[in-house]
Amino acid sequence: MTKETIDTALDRVAASIADRYQDSSPVVAGIHTRGVIVADRLRAKLAALGCGVRSGTLDISLYRDDLDNLGTMPSLKNSDLPAVDGVDVILVDDVLFTGRTIRAAIDGVTDYGRPRKIELAVLVDRGNRELPIQADYVGETFETERTDYVAVHLNETDGEEGVFLLRKS
Amino acid sequence: MTDQPRRKDLLDIQSLSVDEVNGILDAAVPFKDLFKRSVKKVPTLKGKQVLTLFYEPSTRTKSSFEIAAKRLSADVTNFSVSTSSVVKGESVLDTIDTLQAMRTDYVIIRHQMSGVPEMIARHTDASVINAGDGYHAHPTQALLDAYTVRETFGEIAGRRILIVGDIKHSRVARSTSRILKMLGADVRVFGPGTLVPDDRPEWLQAFANWDAAFAWKPDAIYLLRVQRERQDDQFFPSVQEYHKFFGITAQRFARVRDEGIYIMHPGPVNRGVELVDAVMDYDRSLINQQVENGIATRMAVLYWLKPQSTPLPG
Repeated sequence: MTKETIDTALDRVAASIADRYQDSSPVVAGIHTRGVIVADRLRAKLAALGCGVRSGTLDISLYRDDLDNLGTMPSLKNSDLPAVDGVDVILVDDVLFTGRTIRAAIDGVTDYGRPRKIELAVLVDRGNRELPIQADYVGETFETERTDYVAVHLNETDGEEGVFLLRKS
Repeated sequence: MTDQPRRKDLLDIQSLSVDEVNGILDAAVPFKDLFKRSVKKVPTLKGKQVLTLFYEPSTRTKSSFEIAAKRLSADVTNFSVSTSSVVKGESVLDTIDTLQAMRTDYVIIRHQMSGVPEMIARHTDASVINAGDGYHAHPTQALLDAYTVRETFGEIAGRRILIVGDIKHSRVARSTSRILKMLGADVRVFGPGTLVPDDRPEWLQAFANWDAAFAWKPDAIYLLRVQRERQDDQFFPSVQEYHKFFGITAQRFARVRDEGIYIMHPGPVNRGVELVDAVMDYDRSLINQQVENGIATRMAVLYWLKPQSTPLPG
């Protein structure tokens, strides 16, 4: 994906969210690291569409299921969520792959309270799920093998824009 | 901030790099943030077994570790030393064999002899955390002190910290002065002549009296606890004498307040010995913050360590 197709994809996602949330203002919560940036952009687009949302960020490191296998300590960022009791929460990430990050994020959100509903918006869905999880809003779908690598580069973190699919030959 | 490599044990401060220390302090920030949530617990160490093994009395450090481990969802067992087979003559190594058979993932140990935690670390797959050994080290106290200084002043480098009391027998003084120095603070000491060792590191200068110490303009004064239970060997005549010469008396407190100097203490406080009552209500007393930060930094340490008992992938 290029700078332009990323932007168009996010326009589409924002339009669908705005369509569904005309009267309530959901919490749009980005998952660290790049999900936070995607969420920031979505919120800006939603604001332009006249859809008011609240913001949040989530670090899921403490909810991972693979800490035993890690030789390094994942650095932690602050999670910052408003009160979520009885509220709609839209989780935002850059890539949806195995679904394990989202599983961890759902657990994380529910430790802050009991939302009315949790939805998921992603820039790219690359398939290969290992858990029964699906996105409600998808910017772009990639057909990939499990061993392929999807690299999302965003200006804020990587100094360039683009989503790249690296095939393992 | 790049991800820090994990280690098996935390035995002292000097074996840590500046990056490792900063990595632990950084990780403690979001842990402290968890305390504001309605659910203060995270599932990070679910199913892990933490064992506390205290050969020396301690209420605070032990509870702090216990709370830290429980907030990470670990299971905590206190191997109660006075009532266990230790009094029946079981050696430390025999105890370790028992712990190994119990498949403990983390052992938190305090022992009156320096070096015991290190010996245990060599003989077990579990991660060993030194919670104080003899006069040697108390690394988690040092980390929570450094965290508190950083939180209060924004940065540790360039800050002036005065440590007052029994420098010679204090593992707190040893570990805390080292970590603060490592992170760029200027640390000096003051205490009874018999209790300020001559063989201290060259950078650790000592003051001869309070006037000289105040003239140095410290940002914080760190009062060490007078270990009344260790007063068998008389290093100073009485606690009253100690208060008069080395404590924060009402008169010295007036000066501390006028100059806006922060007060730290590892707890528990002997009121009327290290400090007068009024200091406890002083808005620049960091003593309660140290307690809260102790839980957050100990959570960060447990998160960072990697027991060898955990199975390898695949």
